[in-house]
Amino acid sequence: MEPVLSVRDLVVEIPTRHGVLRPVDHVSYDLAPGEILGVVGESGAGKSMTGNAVIGLLDRPAHIAGGEILLKGQRIDNLPRSRMRRIRGKEIGMVFQDPLTSLNPLLPIGDQLSETIETHLGVSHSQARRRALAALEEVGIPAAADRLDSYPHEFSGGMRQRVVIALALCAEPSLVIADEPTTALDVSVQAQIIALLKRLCRDHGTSVILVTHDMGVIAEAADRVAVMYAGQLAEIGPVQKVLTTPRHPYTDGLVGSMPANSHGQARLRQIPGTMPRLTAIPSGCAFNPRCPQAQDRCRHDPRPQIENGAACWFPLGEPA
Amino acid sequence: MTDTAGKTPAPATPSRLKEVWESDFVWSFRHSPVAIVALVVVLILVLSALFAPLIAPHNPFDPATLNLMNGFTPPGEPNAFTQEVFLLGTDDQGRDVFSTILYGLRISLFVGAAAVFLAMVLGVILGLVAAYLGGWVETIIMRVADVQLTFPAILVAMLIFGIAKGFTPPEYRNEMAIWVLIVAIALSDWVQFARVVRGAALVEKNREYVQAARMIGRSGPAIMMRHILPNILSPVLVIATISLALAIIAEATLSFLGVGAPPTQPSLGTLIRIGQGYLFSGEWWILFFPAVTLLALALSVNLLGDWLRDALNPKLR
Amino acid sequence: MLAYIIRRMFQSVIVLLVVGLVAFSMFRFVGDPVDNMLGQERTQADIERLRTDLGLDQPFPVQYFKFLQGAVQGNFGVSYRQGRPVATIIAERAPATLELAFVSGLFAISLGIALGVFTAIRRQGVAANVIMTLSLIGVSLPTFLIGILLIYVFSVELDWLPSFGRGDTVMVGNWSTGFLTTSGIKALILPSITLGLYQMTLIMRLVRSEMLEVLRADYIRFARARGLSERTVNFRHALRNTLVPVITVTGLQLGAIIAFAIITETVFQWPGVGLLFINAVQFVDIPVMAAYLMLISVLFVTINLIVDLLYYAIDPRLRVDGRTA
Repeated sequence: MEPVLSVRDLVVEIPTRHGVLRPVDHVSYDLAPGEILGVVGESGAGKSMTGNAVIGLLDRPAHIAGGEILLKGQRIDNLPRSRMRRIRGKEIGMVFQDPLTSLNPLLPIGDQLSETIETHLGVSHSQARRRALAALEEVGIPAAADRLDSYPHEFSGGMRQRVVIALALCAEPSLVIADEPTTALDVSVQAQIIALLKRLCRDHGTSVILVTHDMGVIAEAADRVAVMYAGQLAEIGPVQKVLTTPRHPYTDGLVGSMPANSHGQARLRQIPGTMPRLTAIPSGCAFNPRCPQAQDRCRHDPRPQIENGAACWFPLGEPA
Repeated sequence: MTDTAGKTPAPATPSRLKEVWESDFVWSFRHSPVAIVALVVVLILVLSALFAPLIAPHNPFDPATLNLMNGFTPPGEPNAFTQEVFLLGTDDQGRDVFSTILYGLRISLFVGAAAVFLAMVLGVILGLVAAYLGGWVETIIMRVADVQLTFPAILVAMLIFGIAKGFTPPEYRNEMAIWVLIVAIALSDWVQFARVVRGAALVEKNREYVQAARMIGRSGPAIMMRHILPNILSPVLVIATISLALAIIAEATLSFLGVGAPPTQPSLGTLIRIGQGYLFSGEWWILFFPAVTLLALALSVNLLGDWLRDALNPKLR
Repeated sequence: MLAYIIRRMFQSVIVLLVVGLVAFSMFRFVGDPVDNMLGQERTQADIERLRTDLGLDQPFPVQYFKFLQGAVQGNFGVSYRQGRPVATIIAERAPATLELAFVSGLFAISLGIALGVFTAIRRQGVAANVIMTLSLIGVSLPTFLIGILLIYVFSVELDWLPSFGRGDTVMVGNWSTGFLTTSGIKALILPSITLGLYQMTLIMRLVRSEMLEVLRADYIRFARARGLSERTVNFRHALRNTLVPVITVTGLQLGAIIAFAIITETVFQWPGVGLLFINAVQFVDIPVMAAYLMLISVLFVTINLIVDLLYYAIDPRLRVDGRTA
């Protein structure tokens, strides 16, 4: 089956006073229809930047400096602004991290929904209102008909994120990029929102890129997982396989730091050190200074390419 | 100023100077041509005002040196009767425009600087007192500030000027005018300082080091002087610079309206007021040169203030 | 909501009472009103009679109360200089100032918002940068210099527009208007630009910085991510949010326009209230100064109140809890 989205050798660069930074460095992955791909990594690893590049919303001076992005086989990374605008919302929806700031405080949510529907589906205002109502009902807003004219500040955080999801999905896109959709929410609400996102995408056959730093969310929701480190893809594969038998030492560290995997040990494992800043990415494999398995080759050879799902010279589970 | 510091470092502390030279503050100055030009213009104007008696070819207020025959001489041309040449021409009474500008600049800068200084002292003290004492003292000070802020400063200055004029006996009005002007502008301008200082002081007041200073039993004024004051210097400096531009404009405006500097001590605003009368008769230089000087002064102080605000407060950019 | 309005009105009344006290103190203590009103040839009996007439022999609070009572009824006393009731003089002069303020306010708001939005949206463009540089010069340029410059270009050199006065006016009831004659409208142009330019620059710079701030907000990113057109994003989403803080400052600027009219009216010899006031300051005509002070306070306080209520109407977040002032 043709992938909904193909990202090939994507490079994003930011020119600065201190030289050119590369927050995304030769990242490639495919996304099948209906599939949920979790993208995980520490903050600054390039997860969100990849998502923004796909939907064409990089903030200047950041820009795509190489590679291709294909949506259903069509290149979209080089489209003119007006054509790209028609893809946003219609083909690719987006959910942001903070529902408190994602909604325009001065417009009733019904207006925000119907303007999106009118823009993409070319229906009349009253039809758009009806669809808006249906969208709110679908995301589980109680008494949705009475809430169409409510302002964002009249909703709780979890309810607002439901509205945001309704907005992202209201024009029936084939792909949704959810950028840390639960990070800003109460723990008690997080699971509900993830379950909602999962159910909606299954019902509509929508693919999802779920960006998060929370391995637990990945384990719960994703079909496949892509692990990013310092702008590069460290490992990618089916969730079950990656979580049970990680091949990249960094993934191994991440999985080991999940509370569920501590197996009654007194302390969680943690990865020593911190991720390098973009201005100071080590030569060789970017992970080598923190890697327990690092050898000379890791320090001197050019960075390893993804092979069998992991970008490592000495993947775990194989005799070195 | 910074140039000499960089080229001739004192041998004892080269690293210290180098540090200053390379600090973000100086770095941003060196890389802002606008700020450099503005500073140069301000320095030139301030120096010419300071040394006006040495630079000016004539003393425009010494009747002995005046010759009415020299009246209305165009700039750079010999006078039809006396053959004297004046760089920027002469006014109706034969006064050298270049000299009157230098002396006018003195008055304008003096009134502006004195008013801002007074406003700053007043505002900083009231702001600190309000933040430190709190309670009804704070309420009164800040309410007065709020109410005053709803009125444009220039209007407040005019009113204060008018009232003070009413109190001054007519025979002293001219002598007192400059001082009344300074007080009027200062009283219209203290609010900005008080608000910022109070805001900053309230933040600092709750910091650990001030709390610690209190714990070891330091008195209120001592804490404010040693701990809070240094921390609010940079916002005060920014406001002072921007206020200086406003005060210079306010003084010029009041003098232009005839309610500021007296005819015996003309400031740039007074000169423009005089020059406006000759706009239609063709003696453009009597108006033009004072106006350009005022504009150059106000614009460069404004630009310096703008730059200072950006350089000291990167968050605002 | 109602409690909020009542509290704001209460505050406004307090401010007005304080201003009234200042105005009254000017009357009472600056110079001697009796001296000012009687000529050189006066007898002790004249002085005593006038003191009783003016109520100067009564206790201070009573005098203050009577003064306020008079002021509310439009009785501001008699001008020392013109010997006519201040209220009559101001009523004659008010239309000139109000028409001037109206036109320049319109000019400042419409052009200020338009240019502010333009320079924010086209932040990198050449035109936007030129406008921003010019605006900085505009802020540094004293109002009276702008007026003189305009007179020089359009009156002296081009001889297109008059340099002083109101032109021909027509009486509509008690109101003398310049809107109905060609010369009246021509006479309005230069003073209106002079008066409005500074406020226009302020509004423009404010709109621009607020708009840039709003354009960085998450909900604007989200609106873009939903594929809304640039037009919808800029005007429906960004501009609306920009206008909330802009309204406060703009409202206050309208008050400032009336005050700054003093300068413009002097430059253009515009026969309005501002020119009246500046002459009063020059000649220490206290009743006129006091009346002007009180009228302009009422104006400012009213504008402030309206601005607050408007703020309330625009931002739905404030409607829920009335505590936010």
